[in-house]
Amino acid sequence: MITNIDRPALLELMANDAQIVDVLPDAEYAAQHIPGAVSIPLRRLDDEAPQKLSRDKPVVVY
Amino acid sequence: MGFDAVYDFTAGIADWKAAGLAVEGSEVGLTNVLAAARTDVPICRPEEVLGDVRARATAAGWDEALVVDCDNVVVGRIRGERWDHPDDLKVESVMELGPTTVRPDGSLIDLSKRMDDKGTKLVVVSDAQGHLLGVVLAEEARQIAAGVDPDVVWQDCDGCSGRAIPNAASDTVKIDD
Repeated sequence: MITNIDRPALLELMANDAQIVDVLPDAEYAAQHIPGAVSIPLRRLDDEAPQKLSRDKPVVVY
Repeated sequence: MGFDAVYDFTAGIADWKAAGLAVEGSEVGLTNVLAAARTDVPICRPEEVLGDVRARATAAGWDEALVVDCDNVVVGRIRGERWDHPDDLKVESVMELGPTTVRPDGSLIDLSKRMDDKGTKLVVVSDAQGHLLGVVLAEEARQIAAGVDPDVVWQDCDGCSGRAIPNAASDTVKIDD
């Protein structure tokens, strides 16, 4: 289940070591992204998430 | 995704930038509006009396003041003939309602051009929720957009620092976090 959150909630999760995932295309991630975010474009999410992300920490996508 | 705790920041990076928060990436070096936003503009509450605000603004060397609510949301502006009302009137009865604001992540070059085209001397910068982030003055926007270091621009104005955040609550432009 995915929970929608706003900016304050995002900041709180970031303070608690959440993993931030930019699901936009590579070029958009390269241009600008939230500090610390990793790039996993949406179409590759299912394949790459298990390799790039820890299951022990919350995940935030945008 | 097969993960237990998954959240979707639905507002995305546009909302993040509109709040004036830092981003990383190849476009970071481009000057945005926030780079030229100074935070020493006088502010007041709607319930204050005009005379007090005028005295404060004049002492600070400004000919206008911004009106914010208790959440630091911009609700009004006092300038020009609005100052000519009697001292004992409340700000809320004389202020311009709902002044136009610009977002902090926009292009400073574009804003500077628009201000020059329209003869606008000052614009208010707020996030998407209306929280005050600062103001941009046309002359300063022109210089900073041209590559002059903001600290140099602000030091030129009688040695003041546009980034200074006074400690008196009524004079403070709060930077939202």
